[in-house]
Amino acid sequence: MRRKIHRAPMAVASALLLGVFATSCSTEDPTDSTSGTDESSETSESPDASEESPADEQEWFDQAVYDEQYEQRSATFEGDSATPWLQYIDGEMTDTAEYKSNKAGKACFANASISNPWRQTGWITMNQQLEALQEKGVISEMETRDAGDDDNTQIADIDYFISEGNCDAFIISPNSTAAMTDAVERACETGKPVVVFDRGVETDCATTFIHPIGGFAWGIDTAEFLIDNLEEGDKVVALRILPGVDVLEQRWAAAEKLFEENGIEAVDFFTGADPTEIKTFITDELNKGEVQGVWMDAGDGAVAAIEAFEDFGADLPVMTGEDEMSFLRKWEETGLTGLAPVYSNFQWRTPLLALEKIWAGEEVPKEWVLPQVPITEDERGDYLEANDGMPDGHYAKFGGEDLPGYPEVWQERQIP
Amino acid sequence: MNGTRATTDPTAGTPEPAAEPQESVRRRRAARPKAERRRLDSTALIYLVLVAVVATSAVLTGVEGRNFFSQGNVWAVLTAMSVLGLIAIGQTLVILVGSLDLSVPYVVSLATVIAAGGMKGLDSNIPAAVVNTLALCAVIGLVMGLLVSLLHVHGFIASLGIGLVVSGYLGTNYQGSHGAAAPDLRLLGRSGIAGWIPTAFIILLVCAVLVTLLLRYTRLGHHVYAIGGNQAVARMSGVRTALPVVAAHVLCSVLAGLAALLLLSRTGVGSPTIGSQGRYDLLSIAAVVLGGTLLAGGKGSVVGTIGGVAIFAVLDNVMGVMQVNPFLKDFVRGLVIVLAVAVYARRSVVRRPPRFGASRPVLPVPSSAGPSTKGERA
Amino acid sequence: MSATTPVSSSASSSASGAGRTLPLTEGSTVQRVLRAAVTPGGAVFILAAILFVAVVSANPSFGEPPQLIRFIGRTAPIAIAAMGQYYVIVSGEFDLSMGAVIATQVVIAGNYIGDDEGRVLPAIVLMLVIGALVGLVNGLGTTLLRVPSFIVTLGTMLALGGLVRFLTGGAATGNPVDTFREIGRGGIQDVPVVEVLPYPVIILVAIMVAGVWLMRSPFGRTIIATGDNPDAAALAGAHVWWVKTRAFMLSSLSATVAGILLVGYAGVHPSVGAGYEFQAITAVVLGGVVLGGGRGWLLSAAAGAFALELLFSFLNFQEVESTWRPTVQGVIIILAVAAAGRAWSLGRRPSRASPPAPPAAPAPSPTTARPGTETGEI
Repeated sequence: MRRKIHRAPMAVASALLLGVFATSCSTEDPTDSTSGTDESSETSESPDASEESPADEQEWFDQAVYDEQYEQRSATFEGDSATPWLQYIDGEMTDTAEYKSNKAGKACFANASISNPWRQTGWITMNQQLEALQEKGVISEMETRDAGDDDNTQIADIDYFISEGNCDAFIISPNSTAAMTDAVERACETGKPVVVFDRGVETDCATTFIHPIGGFAWGIDTAEFLIDNLEEGDKVVALRILPGVDVLEQRWAAAEKLFEENGIEAVDFFTGADPTEIKTFITDELNKGEVQGVWMDAGDGAVAAIEAFEDFGADLPVMTGEDEMSFLRKWEETGLTGLAPVYSNFQWRTPLLALEKIWAGEEVPKEWVLPQVPITEDERGDYLEANDGMPDGHYAKFGGEDLPGYPEVWQERQIP
Repeated sequence: MNGTRATTDPTAGTPEPAAEPQESVRRRRAARPKAERRRLDSTALIYLVLVAVVATSAVLTGVEGRNFFSQGNVWAVLTAMSVLGLIAIGQTLVILVGSLDLSVPYVVSLATVIAAGGMKGLDSNIPAAVVNTLALCAVIGLVMGLLVSLLHVHGFIASLGIGLVVSGYLGTNYQGSHGAAAPDLRLLGRSGIAGWIPTAFIILLVCAVLVTLLLRYTRLGHHVYAIGGNQAVARMSGVRTALPVVAAHVLCSVLAGLAALLLLSRTGVGSPTIGSQGRYDLLSIAAVVLGGTLLAGGKGSVVGTIGGVAIFAVLDNVMGVMQVNPFLKDFVRGLVIVLAVAVYARRSVVRRPPRFGASRPVLPVPSSAGPSTKGERA
Repeated sequence: MSATTPVSSSASSSASGAGRTLPLTEGSTVQRVLRAAVTPGGAVFILAAILFVAVVSANPSFGEPPQLIRFIGRTAPIAIAAMGQYYVIVSGEFDLSMGAVIATQVVIAGNYIGDDEGRVLPAIVLMLVIGALVGLVNGLGTTLLRVPSFIVTLGTMLALGGLVRFLTGGAATGNPVDTFREIGRGGIQDVPVVEVLPYPVIILVAIMVAGVWLMRSPFGRTIIATGDNPDAAALAGAHVWWVKTRAFMLSSLSATVAGILLVGYAGVHPSVGAGYEFQAITAVVLGGVVLGGGRGWLLSAAAGAFALELLFSFLNFQEVESTWRPTVQGVIIILAVAAAGRAWSLGRRPSRASPPAPPAAPAPSPTTARPGTETGEI
């Protein structure tokens, strides 16, 4: 990405030129003043840019974390592999004797949002897990506030829970890492158990932080698969959703490093997961020349990427998507060489199960690292069969087969 | 927009020389006591709606076993008002003068990263960082104001374009959170009076009072209303139309920068997406219109806007307490916006004097508006 | 070039057609085409042509007919949406609900049709009915309730988007049968020169022809007159509320067609249609259509969409980082609008040379360039 930055001024300049043209061909010369003001706005911003030394992708690459996650991919997980949502890598444990309680408690859940299929699937699973634990008498109720993808709202949500919620425990799925740190610390100060999952925060005050291995592991799995199946000098199109989300940036940071080291040419685009954009970018790339591989930082929209190749009449690429049903189905249908990396959706069960342990006084891992195993072509058939009848936006490793309501609740996407 | 403006503005088409003095009399009267009474009426209506919403919310909150007027809940509602409130005050100014500002989310995001980057977590950096940030916001507002007033680019497009420019800059140069807020600023974000009224809300009130004073008692403020009501007439009456337009845009962007500092005091880090996360562009415009300000400009008040913001905050609060499905929340918001505005819009139209008097004036004012425009440009 | 030629030739014919009421009518066809080309509505065709040349020189394979026709096919949805938005903008209003309408239609296609071939036709009818209904609600809200269209359509956007997601649990179950998707994805095979003639291209051309015919019909004239000056149009006997409501219905129906094509092209996904309203408005504005109403040509709006997509492709081929895209887009639309405002006002000059004339003749023709100035300039 960095290597392309010097082209940015050119883009702006070409835009200006085009605008100048548009103006001059219509009439006289008001452009002088127009482009003047716009340039002034540009220049007024650029000094700040150099002063602040803005972040680039280097900021997201952390060799130590990379190495750790590289190892964790082949680590041994404690617990039964039939219930991966309870497995963890052996490490520091939190003593929870102080939280031991005999009556059912109230959980307060500050959710970042349910604005994408991955979060919707997890949210459904979580509610069914809640139902199971309510029947068991562990949890009396769960109050949820949804921040609608807004940091500010989520901070307010957590503060509201602290002052008004009457909570016996907090579950927090942070909308962003740094911004939520203070609020999570305030929740910790109440002396109640705090469970953080999915994205992390910059404090270790939480009773347990639940997450799959992580973004670097995803990047390593996917990049290694593409490198193994491609030749040096081949071109990979990397489709990314958004800039600035740590979980996603780490996936790309690892993959980009590996591509560079192995002589794979990679171009990356931000698509907002919009299939229209994905198709446009890929078609333009195919227009430029052959594309041998497609890498995605999330499988949402993978089908559109494959269809772009079909529509263009090009050979299907070697591709990594995600364990979303739409990709698994299309993958089987087309028979392309692919891999479905997994950002374990079953982690949405774990926070409630962690509360069960905490209130029982059992120790829980301080950092609860869940398994994160990609689905290979050999296993694909099993997952397709197991999830038959699920909608396209469903995730194969949702891990709710033993919960009440299976499979109707997931099939009908009953969101409370 | 055009339609509303033309049908609701009694002064839109009065070209006849004979109508001219009558017109200016009406304008003058409109600027003084009568306008005040009328504004008070519609503002009173908005606050009646607010009271109704609060009462309903209190009941619904009670059904959930909570107290709407508890310390924590009042704090939550007032906090929720502060950021959107500041942005909406700026938006009120811009809308009053007949423009729009869709760039606020990006200005807010930019302001948080610049401020956080400047502070680097040190108290000693606060003054410089705050001044830099607000100055940058002012420059952005200035560019927009000049585009609108001198190049006659519609405010919708000028602000949409500037917003896109800034968003591209942010997306390219800031990936993820940036910098750190100074400890004192973070303290401010948590402080308040007796645990009931957050400092952020007091800042909002101070800004609201200042802007209200500006609108009511300064020449600039009167010119804002005059230009928003009818730019051509204002210009013919000797008002320099560029200055108020530019001033409104600069103030709007600076207030957005201030809102960004409040956000920063809460989050502790600059974020290149925080403005878009809050959907401040459309929500602030909706709040302003909900507060009784005419979207076409020339009529409205900051007091009304604060009422509109409060309605939103209370609505969100009660939906949060009731754990309404997040998707359904948007449905309710959309419905409330349209229905509430329908109430005011119909009312204000009914209260308007008849558009065409006994002597039907000859149609529009082209020749009067045109040449002066041309003269200014040439 | 083979792509732009038919477009621009049909456009110039419409330009001269629509221009009959403008002082552009005299002279030979060539003269008229030349004169049309220097107006903003004509310049956009030149801009598109230049961009096309730039793209082809950056990447020659883009110019091969099969690639080109595919490009036209994939631009069809946004071009159709832009033409829908045109009706609303030229009548003096905004339609922000387009994206939500597209999202709704996409979900209906996914959930209602599913794997059932027999439901394809009923589904299309259902989608068109829903599209017309949304337009009706928008139109009546704007005209009868007198709520500004910006607010009505913002409300519809929130309410519709929220309701659909609420009812479907966030997302549709999956893609509909391939027969339905063929509309947006397939085409007539084995056509000489271009290999495949995509259905979206055929639909786009059909809609363009229908649109040009519509704009030449009395309804088309009335819509422009209404946008220009609703009071004048009302005095001339037009039912302003019904004209505007029909414009909103046309907009929602266009969004529906765009949605049907997008289901085929992109597949069912919750983010299909996101931001389409602003893309469409940008395209319309780039096409020289004046916000505030009364000015601009239908086909210029479509050409604006093509220019925008060509620009994005150009940036892709130049390997400009995709994060800079919004910045370029922002600069372009500001410049285009500044230039257009300037050009339209210069286009009016001849009629101003004789200022005494207009007041004497009460609004000689509602479509003369003048009355809309008032709002167009803000």
